[in-house]
This record gives sequence, structure tokens and C-alpha cells, in this order.
Amino acid sequence: MIKEKKKYILPLANREVIEANHHVTSVIPESALLICFGFILGGMIWGADKVQTFTLTPTVFFYFLLPQVILDAGYHMPNKLFFTNLGGILVHAVIGTCWNAASLGLSLWGCQMGGAMGDLDIGLLQYLLFGSLMAAVDPVAVIAVFEQVHVNDVLFIMVFGESLLNDGVTVVLFNVFDAFVSLGGPKIDAAEIIKGIVSFFVVAFGGSLVGLVFGLLISLLTRCTKNIQIIEPGFIFVLGYLSYLTAEMLSLSAILSIVFCGMCCQKYVRANMDENSVQTVRYAMKAFANGSETIIFVFLGISAIDKVIWVWNTGFILLTLLFVLVYRFIGVFFLTWILNRFRLVPLEFVDQVIMSYGGLRGAVAYGLAVMLDENKIKEKNLMVCTTLIVVYFTVILQGITMKPLVMWLKVKRAAVTEVSLLEKLTNKMFNHTLVAIEDISGQIGHNYMRSKWKYFEENWMSWILMKPSARKKQDQLFDVFHQLNLKDAMEYVTEGERRGSLEFVRNENSIIDFKKKSESESFDINNANMSNDHGAMSNTRDPIPSVSLEMHEQTMKAVREAEAINAHHLLDQHLYKSRKQHRHRFSRSHFDINRDEKEVQEIFQRTMRNRLESFTSAKMGVKPPKTIVKHTQKEQQQKMPNGKSMDKAKTSYSGDEGSEGDSASGYDQSYMRATYRAGAGIENPAFMPDLDPMDLLQIPPWLAESELDSSMVALSHRAQVDLPRTPSNLRRLAPLRISTRSTDSFTLENIPDTQQMDSDQLPPPPPPRPPRDDGYV
Amino acid sequence: MDQTGFSSAHLLRLYDRFECLDRDNRGYLSPNDFEAVGGLAMNPIGGRIIDAFFSSGQDTVDFSSFVRILAHFRPTDRNRNKEGTQQELPNSRTRKLKFAFQLYDLDRDGKISREELLQVLRAMLGLQVTKEQLQSIAERAIQEADLDKDDAISFDEFKKVLGFFLLQSQSLVPDRMKRIPPLRMILALTCSGVLPSLVHLSPSTETMMEVRPKSRDRIIRALQVCRT
Repeated sequence: MIKEKKKYILPLANREVIEANHHVTSVIPESALLICFGFILGGMIWGADKVQTFTLTPTVFFYFLLPQVILDAGYHMPNKLFFTNLGGILVHAVIGTCWNAASLGLSLWGCQMGGAMGDLDIGLLQYLLFGSLMAAVDPVAVIAVFEQVHVNDVLFIMVFGESLLNDGVTVVLFNVFDAFVSLGGPKIDAAEIIKGIVSFFVVAFGGSLVGLVFGLLISLLTRCTKNIQIIEPGFIFVLGYLSYLTAEMLSLSAILSIVFCGMCCQKYVRANMDENSVQTVRYAMKAFANGSETIIFVFLGISAIDKVIWVWNTGFILLTLLFVLVYRFIGVFFLTWILNRFRLVPLEFVDQVIMSYGGLRGAVAYGLAVMLDENKIKEKNLMVCTTLIVVYFTVILQGITMKPLVMWLKVKRAAVTEVSLLEKLTNKMFNHTLVAIEDISGQIGHNYMRSKWKYFEENWMSWILMKPSARKKQDQLFDVFHQLNLKDAMEYVTEGERRGSLEFVRNENSIIDFKKKSESESFDINNANMSNDHGAMSNTRDPIPSVSLEMHEQTMKAVREAEAINAHHLLDQHLYKSRKQHRHRFSRSHFDINRDEKEVQEIFQRTMRNRLESFTSAKMGVKPPKTIVKHTQKEQQQKMPNGKSMDKAKTSYSGDEGSEGDSASGYDQSYMRATYRAGAGIENPAFMPDLDPMDLLQIPPWLAESELDSSMVALSHRAQVDLPRTPSNLRRLAPLRISTRSTDSFTLENIPDTQQMDSDQLPPPPPPRPPRDDGYV
Repeated sequence: MDQTGFSSAHLLRLYDRFECLDRDNRGYLSPNDFEAVGGLAMNPIGGRIIDAFFSSGQDTVDFSSFVRILAHFRPTDRNRNKEGTQQELPNSRTRKLKFAFQLYDLDRDGKISREELLQVLRAMLGLQVTKEQLQSIAERAIQEADLDKDDAISFDEFKKVLGFFLLQSQSLVPDRMKRIPPLRMILALTCSGVLPSLVHLSPSTETMMEVRPKSRDRIIRALQVCRT
């Protein structure tokens, strides 16, 4: 009994060890390590029992381990990205898998005819059966490996989507060939084949339909669970699993069912459920998925250590390996070539290589292999062994070499030329320009179907499936604003605690020390630059002996070179990335991994601020602040303009700027609580007390006081730069992080992914312009 | 059409987009309409791009100007040299560079002054970069590029610095415009991830007219404008 418990617990404990060692996992994917651990464990058990008591039985695998992983994948799927590339994904999933199966089976059979494998009693049909179980790319393995290798969105979704959707094909093929094998060769005629093809459609669409139904059911349920919030999360899991079982019961594709269930319910669940429940679902799902994955891989390792199943046939095994790899490459390249003729954004060569190389087989293949009937297929053990070896090869070897391969390929293609600063800058500028033009010209396009779907979805589905209160909150901007305020508030508090006191800002002021703040290199160089002007070097460089002029010259030259290097370095580090470069990241174990969000947030804030400024100065000039403040109090029902008015008031302080340039430099100050710094601009005492009644803005009480104090002391340079989460940030206009890609569903769970940037979605920033006019004296 | 080099199919699609952006159906675009495109808000130089569409003094963009600006971003035809009209095509390399130059040069005086460079840097760099650092970068950039020592970068100096670079890169061609899929294949569109309205599939305006009579007139007008 204890042993049985142990077999499940040990792998999980091991996972902790692995997580702790990031070095190792960046080289060797976790899945590989887990398999090795499984070997060791299997060896121990074998040593103890002389027989392998634990193997990965199909029942346990298919009913208890796999569903969670797939549910997690479906729930966190970036829907928009997925459906945009659906065509490509389907082509690869269906045609690619069929091609893999057929080619593998036929080639192996051909080789047997040719005598390469010695004496084997396997008929053509059995080869095809083997081919069909070998063909499927495994989602578990794919995720595990791609977590390490960061690839661009499209590539990721292609491989990931393919691995999920090919289950439909695999199940059909497997069952069809299984039936054929039972029937025997002669009885197969056209009718049977047609039945097989029809069954594909039935299984695939039926499975998806079941999933969809359950997804809708979940959404409806969460709409009504306002009073039982504690058990809300449970419904997701229960109904998700139910969809899996139902599909399985109806002999439809269970994986497709649970995937679509997850995909369908994402949005509504997040909208309807209470935040705590949403968090619970997130965490629990990740925990289950992680756990299952770990156990799966460890068991894959353990199952190998079993003398009973090992049958070695060099020819068979090696040929299988070879064919699996080769046909995968051929299949992917050919299909992508066809697809590229029709795609607007073609898949590049590097991407295709990664796609082919990333076609990993995993536990699903093994599970299917073990499910083979020994009576019908005499060489079952050989097949099982081969499957295991292929799995190990792909997961371990391909997993380990994937990253170096990618780096090698990408590095090879990158141009290595010495570029000037202006070139670098302009290059970035080009990138941004291109992205902007794509946005303006509508890369995704005024898509007829998509707008029809959106119309349908907004007016009908949301109406039925979402709580009325949630529907109101679907005003994207408000929701994002709210979420981000929360996030800011939380981060601010943790930051404060980290620095040791609630009033850490005040404490910070007492240790303004020029030396102390130069912890980062850039500051050092900054000192160097500044001191060049003043003729003294900072403590990080050797002091210039005033005696020797030559040395001074040399050091100056070195400094200038350092300046050059530094300028390049600065540019490299700090240039905003263009949207194309914001990579999609999916991780089994981490939640907030896409730190590019911060950049986007920053840019967004600045843009909004600039727009407001130009709007202000264009229309109204700088008005007395009192008026502005008074007016914002009138508009309490709309949070956004509130935040904006505040902003406007603040920015109109930093000088009467209308142009972007001045505002940019004034921005420096205003970003960091300009109005509360004596040096920055006009302080309006009337302004500050007015903040308190604004309870929406949730200024922590301790901070309100400290602001007044800190207004007397200039914030230390470091505090200015290192404190992104000052209270003013909370108050400030909306880090309105509206995502242009639903990949955000991976990182910002709480933000509905309908925040697409079609032009009709985002209301133009100054809708409250008319009311404001009234408010002015 | 000949001016811009767009095919009629492409124009149709652009008109569709123009209509979509023009929410009040006024027949022209104002800065508000551009600002409504969400992606621009997240673009550090979004504001400048928007300004680039509006020639000085005006605050509306009609369809022909819209198309003309976008024409800058078509792939450069490398084999048109013999006609000698290379300079005039909107998508020639020079014109593209000029467009980029104008993004820097806000006051349109033909030179990028240090101030303007500073502004660009401020816009494109993260907030951690201090003013002094910005200044040093701007300083160096001007040093590197400024050949006639007037403390500003003129268009020729700009071209010289970037000439080689542009030769290598894809020269300001957004992915979307690299390929125009064969419009006849509906299947193709499924795979391409873009499903333009079935209406706009047909290359000929006649077929289109059958399907969408109510907007026919506007499109005809737009095309006429373009053909001039």
C-alpha cells in the first residue's frame, strides 16, 4: 500500500528538486530528467521485487493522468491565435498525421518484405496499425520541450494546436485499423474504407461538439453560482472531466472534447466567477497538470525496466526511428510549402525545421501500444519496446538538442555587422513603423466572418452565458483598468514590505547617496559621463592623476570608447521592443512570464498621456487646476476619464507643453510624481486634499501622508527610477493594457481575451470631451 | 493606381479598411479614427505615424492620400530601373527613407536636429534611461552621422548612413504586403488566417457590384479618385 502511494508521491517530490535547479533544466528539459528518474526508480523497484509491479497501464493513463493535462492546455489556449491559424493547424493535424501513419506503416512493411528485419510475423494491416499509433505528436511532450525553447507565437500555436487536434485522427486511425486487423485482410472492401473515413468525421466533430456543449454548460453554471462561490471552481474540473468521459463513452475523441470544453468556457468562466475562484481554478489546474505530467514521464521511465516486455529487433527499431524522423520532416516541409502559398505571413525555413524537429512522440503512443491485443498481434512486445525507444529518443535526445539547434539556426541567419547608433535606432523605428502600418492597414483585416461571429457572440452568447454584472464589466477598458489597479496595488504593497517598512519611501529619502545608487553599470557610466564634464571620475574608475596629462588623455579616450560602447549597450537594453518581437510564452509552472507586458504598459501610458496633453493644449490651454479637479468629481461614474483628468491636471503642471518633445522630458518628472516634487512645477495645495475623496483610487492611507512629506525632499535618483510602483502610478491613467493578442490568456488570466484591437472595439479616448467642456468656467 | 502601384484587388481591400476605420462614415479620416486603432497606442511612435498621414495643416485624410502613404510600404520593385521612374515611385528606396526621415524630422526643416533626435530617443527608450544618458546617445549618434558638422543630420547624411542597411533588410515592407494571395481560392483564405469578405474576392468590380449594391457607389468613387 505504501509503495503504491510512494509511486505517486516520489515523482512530485522529485519535481521540486528539478525546479530548483534551473541550470540543469535549461539544458535538459524536465521531461527528460523525469524519465531518467523513472529509470532509476524502476531499477530500484525491479531490484526489490524482481518483477515490475508498476507500469503505466492504459486505464490509469487515459482516464486519470491525461485529462488534466489536456484540460489545462485547453483552458489556457490563446483562442484568437488558435482560430486565426486554424487552417494550418488542421492541415498539419489531419493530413500530416495520416501521412505519418501511412508512410511509416508502408515503409516498414516494405522493409520487412525486403528482409531487413529478419523473421517477423506482422502483416500489412498490423504495420499500418503500428504506424497509426506512432504517428501522433504528443501534446504533453511538446509543451514540456517548448517551454524551454522560446519560439514565436505562430510556430508555437501550430505545433501545439497540431498536437492537440491530431488526437481526432489518431483515435480514428487506431480504431479503424484495429477493426481491420480483427476482420482480417480479405474482408476489407470499399465499404469498410468508406466507413472508416466517415467515422473520422463523426469522431472528430462529435468529440468537438460534446466538448462545446460541456463548455457552454460550465459557462451557464457559473452564471448562476453567485451564492456558492466556494465550490465554483470544482464545477470546472468536474464538468471538464465529464466531457472527457462522455466522449469516451460515445466512442468519440475524448481529447478533442476536453480541449474544446476548456477553450469554450475560458472567457465566460473568467467573466462570471469571483476573482478568488478564478485564481483557484488557475492554480489548481496548473497543479494537476504539472502533477500528471510528472507522473506520466516518470512512469514512462519506470515502464522500461521490465524484462518481460523487451524484445529486441535491431532492424525494426532502427528503421522505425529513422522513418519517424524522416517522414516527419518530409511531411512538415511539404505541407508548409503548400500552406505558404496561401498564407499571408509565410512560415520561414527555421520555423519549419523547428516544427519538424519538434514532432515529439510521447505517452499517448505508448498508451496506445500497450492497448494492443496480444492475441491479434503477436509481436505486441516488440511494438511496445519500439514505441518506448522512440519516445525516449524524441523526448530526451530531441528535447536536449532542440535548444542548441534553434540557437544555431537563428544565429546563423542573423546578420553580424557593425551598426552605428543611428542605424540601430532607425532599425527599431522601422520595426515600430511596420507594426503601426500593419495595424492601420488592418493586418487581420476587416474580417467578415470574424465580425459576424463577434456580433453573434456579443449579443447572444454573452447575454445568455454571462452574468449581467459581468457583462457590464466587459467594457474592456474598465476591466483592464480595474485589474491593473489591483495588480499595481498588490505589487506596491509587496514592494513596500520588501523594503522593510510601510513608509519605505520616507526612509529612502534619508539615504540619498550618489555612490550608493550606482549599483548598475549604466549608472556607473552615467557618473562617468557626467563627471567628464566636471573633470572628476567616479569611484568605479581609477582617479585621474592630475599630474600626467597623457594618461588623462588616454583615460579620456577610453572613456569615450566606453561611452560609445555604453551608448550601444543602452540602446540594446532599453529600446522598446516592437510588437512583433513580444514572444508568446507558455509555461506549465509559471504564471507571469511575459515581462514584455511592462513595456507595453509603459508605452501605452505615455501615448495616452501625450494624447491628452495635445488634446488639452490644443483645445483648452492650461486651465486652473481647481476646475479640473472639481470636474472630475462630477464624473465619478466613469473611472477612466477620472484617471485621465487627474493625469491631465498633472501633466498640465509640468509646463505648458504641447509638443511631444517637451512633454517627453517633462514626462520624466511627471512620471515620478512630479506634482509632489518641489522642483518640478507648480504645486497646487488645492489639488492634494481633493485626492482623498476619490476613494476609487484607493490610495493607501499611509501613503497619503508620506506624499506630503516627500514633496519636501527630492526623491533619490534610484528611487525615481527603481520605483515604478509609486502611488501615483495607481492613480494614474489606466495602465490600460489592452492586448492585441489573446496570448494574454496565458499571462493575464483575469483579463478576458476578447480585447481585440479591431477599430470598432476601442472607443476613442476622449469620449467625455463634451461633458468636460461644460465643466469649465 | 499607376501612381501607387497597387492592384485593384489590393485597393479594394484598402478601401474596406478605410471604411472600417472611418466610423462615422464621413468619407475621410481624422486623427481620432487613427487613435482608435488600438495597436497604435502601444506603439512608441504611434503618434508620429498618425501625424505622417496628415500633411501639414490638414486634419483630414481622404482615401487617396491614405493610399498614397500606404504605397510607400509596398515592396520595392528592383527591376524598374530602366524606366527611369524609380525616383518617383512611392515605394522606391529613397521615398521609403524619406518617410522614415520625416518621422524624425517633425518640423519638416529637412534636418534632424539634436532636439528632435532627443525626442525620438525619449519616445523609443524605456523610462529607466535618464536624460543624461539620452543626451550622450544623441551626441554620439550625431557625431557618427554628421558629415558637414552642422550639428544636425540632413537627409543625405541620413541616406548615407542607412544606405547599406536598407540594401540588406526588407526595406519597410510589412508582412502583409509581401504577398497578395490569389484571390480566387477560397480554400486558400482559410489557411492564410485572413478571411476577407467574400465580397472582395473578385478582382473585377462588376462581380462585386452584384453582391453589395449599397456600397458600390462609394467604392466606385474611391476607385475613380485613385485612378486620377
